[in-house]
Amino acid sequence: MKNKEPGMTLIVKTITRLTVGLILLYGIYIVLHGHLSPGGGFAGGVIIALSFIHLMLAFGKDLALRKLGQLAASILESLGALMFLSIALLGFTGGYFFFNFFLQKGRPFELFSAGIIPLCNIAICLEVGAGLFAIFTVLILFKKSENKE
Amino acid sequence: MELHILLLFMIFAAVVAVEVKDLLSSVIAVGAVGLGLSLAFLILKAPDLAITQLVVEILCLIILIRATIKKDLPLIRDGRWFFNTASTLLFIACFLAFAYFALKELPNFGQPIMRVAKEYIEGGLKKTGATNIVASIILDFRGYDTLGEATILFTAVMGVLAVMRKVGRIR
Repeated sequence: MKNKEPGMTLIVKTITRLTVGLILLYGIYIVLHGHLSPGGGFAGGVIIALSFIHLMLAFGKDLALRKLGQLAASILESLGALMFLSIALLGFTGGYFFFNFFLQKGRPFELFSAGIIPLCNIAICLEVGAGLFAIFTVLILFKKSENKE
Repeated sequence: MELHILLLFMIFAAVVAVEVKDLLSSVIAVGAVGLGLSLAFLILKAPDLAITQLVVEILCLIILIRATIKKDLPLIRDGRWFFNTASTLLFIACFLAFAYFALKELPNFGQPIMRVAKEYIEGGLKKTGATNIVASIILDFRGYDTLGEATILFTAVMGVLAVMRKVGRIR
């Protein structure tokens, strides 16, 4: 059976529609709770990128690129790297590189605690997720253009 | 004990990945090696590493399948097999000899030297406020190393995007 639409069969599309939001939500949970429980920016960023890759494998590249384009991915990646560097440089307001400059806010075991560590997690998540998604889209587009020639 | 079973499983899966003819089966065998490594990290009580290893393994597996499923790389089997085998054996012997001298200097398994780590474990919660000690080490005490890692990843992505770009490619 050949279907005209891009992507995989109806079964895969239905399951993807149900699960992809949960995967994205789990990635965001892992990132935001990186300073309280195992996880962190790197793993959470890869899970977020995997949710978009899941979408791309099931529905074809057009829909996923409409959700998050190649230009947007590279802008987000650069933004993450710049954010991490600027957090590190803002430590100079307290004395040295990577100084934890608002430490006194928040108690342990709360979501808003630990100073700069959640912000660093978010920055790393942006960089890793957008970067890996950009690599994946570039590989797919490269393969498509190679097949066409 | 579980660790040795896992190691044997991983070695078996790696041998399968090298020896099997079908490319898809080979990629899945590589995934089995990664799953075994993730379980080993979990047994050694490192859940952060286990999560990261599992997730990156899945991503790399999907990329490998996506990138290689249609192509088959030709293997050179005939020709200078004597030279290849001899050089491989020589380099393995060199590696084992150096590893013997280097690994003799390491502390025993399960008995670390707690010179720097003691400070981190004692003062980690009080100094940074993060209850996950891994996060407090990689993003606060050792933030400089993490910055270097982030730079490496950034440069790698930029390199891939620059090499595989659409504009300016010579036909």
